[in-house]
Amino acid sequence: MMIKPQDLKFTGYHRPDGRFGARNYVLIIPVDDLSNAAAEGVAHNIRGTMALPHPYGRLQFGEDLELTFRTLAGQGRNPNCAAAIVIGIEPNWTNRIVKEIEKTGKPVAGFSIERAGDHMTIEAASRKAKEFVHYATELKREPFTVKQLTMSSKCGESDTTSGLASNPTVGRAFERLADAGATLIFGETTEVTGGEDIIMQQCATQEIAAQFKAAFDDYQHLVESQGVSLLGSQPTEGNIRGGLTTIEEKALGNIQKAGRCKIIDFLKPAQEPRQPGLSFMDSSSAAAEMVTLCAAAGSVVHYFTTGQGNVIGNPVIPVIKLSANPLTVATMSEHVDVDLSPMLRIEMNLDQAADAALQMLERTINGRLTAAEVLRHNEFVLTKLYRSA
Amino acid sequence: MAHAILLHEPDDDVGVAVRDLKKGEQVGTVTLEGKFVADIKLVDDVPLGHKVAMKDLAQGKDVIEYGRVIGAASQAAARGAHIHTHNLKTKRWK
Repeated sequence: MMIKPQDLKFTGYHRPDGRFGARNYVLIIPVDDLSNAAAEGVAHNIRGTMALPHPYGRLQFGEDLELTFRTLAGQGRNPNCAAAIVIGIEPNWTNRIVKEIEKTGKPVAGFSIERAGDHMTIEAASRKAKEFVHYATELKREPFTVKQLTMSSKCGESDTTSGLASNPTVGRAFERLADAGATLIFGETTEVTGGEDIIMQQCATQEIAAQFKAAFDDYQHLVESQGVSLLGSQPTEGNIRGGLTTIEEKALGNIQKAGRCKIIDFLKPAQEPRQPGLSFMDSSSAAAEMVTLCAAAGSVVHYFTTGQGNVIGNPVIPVIKLSANPLTVATMSEHVDVDLSPMLRIEMNLDQAADAALQMLERTINGRLTAAEVLRHNEFVLTKLYRSA
Repeated sequence: MAHAILLHEPDDDVGVAVRDLKKGEQVGTVTLEGKFVADIKLVDDVPLGHKVAMKDLAQGKDVIEYGRVIGAASQAAARGAHIHTHNLKTKRWK
């Protein structure tokens, strides 16, 4: 058996902008740290809603502020979101996010706390959230095709089993998904150090390779400008415990996730893909930051490979955990959706492993909660580019 | 499981232990496709997921995995030795 993604039966929620979601959330999005309490108040009052508290959104500026707006609006724009409430301390920045979500055609409403206080804001937002929940709960799943799927991938707490087995499995699945017309995202800009020439070779055009290289060099220069190196952080202590020794080795394992796919575009952090195929998104390698950026970019489901056992999840997109480390699968089984440890025993080959990953993708899109979802791993982490003013 | 070490490429300098290995053990090495490459005698204990030298490695020599340079030997290591942070360093970051 070799599963073709075009034969998988996906069902999802058809949004007004044409995209399909694998989940159906009513999100309560705080614009800033001050508005977390009101957002969580609404989510507490109204069943079927979820708040996305976070620590930023004040006195940011320039590209850092743009990224925060893009990331917050992106959660509301994500096809897994049926409708969104946005709450901020004042109306102007709140409306900027509302307007970006509004472009998708889905229901959205903004509330601001100044001149109302938390109580009146929570009351008004709760009334609107209740309407949105009635709307969302009457939406029905409809069939959709792999051509309408946007998904993403990242690895975490990697070890040598990641490079041997789980990352090549995602790579093989991504090759088949890309051939079938899916829209795919990967990234982790510093973590390809030692394999950046391979990434550049896989870029479909020299322009894309140059854009990638500029972002790669830019970050290396940022590190050097601080008078330090990433030695001690990359590889992480967890990576080293798992047998990875150098960044080059980690990178060569990491980039297996791209398989032999052509890289057809280079995206800024949290930027929505512009065409089907595999895009490289400039992004951190910190798990929760990267997956949050993928959610902001419109990914509806995520393949997350782990060696030593990274337990991350995300509130907006289901995170499918794949591991080939037999010790991790045995001692942390509640976190693993796809057990690839038979690959190390040569009892499962790469195509069989890709089949297992694609079957779990189908089940997850169709409603099976992933391990991270069941365990309430809702890590929502904004990427900060520099200090606030 | 007849093998205990997996190799990305048949000519790599290092392979990966797929179970905890004991000094003195003689174990089989195969490629990811299961093709037998060599038997090797461990000269160190090597934990699951850690690397084993497939050849004698001279100090300063580039170390190859995935058919690519993953760093340089910071001290000499014998065939069958544990290869990790004590004898392999990145060439990228100081």
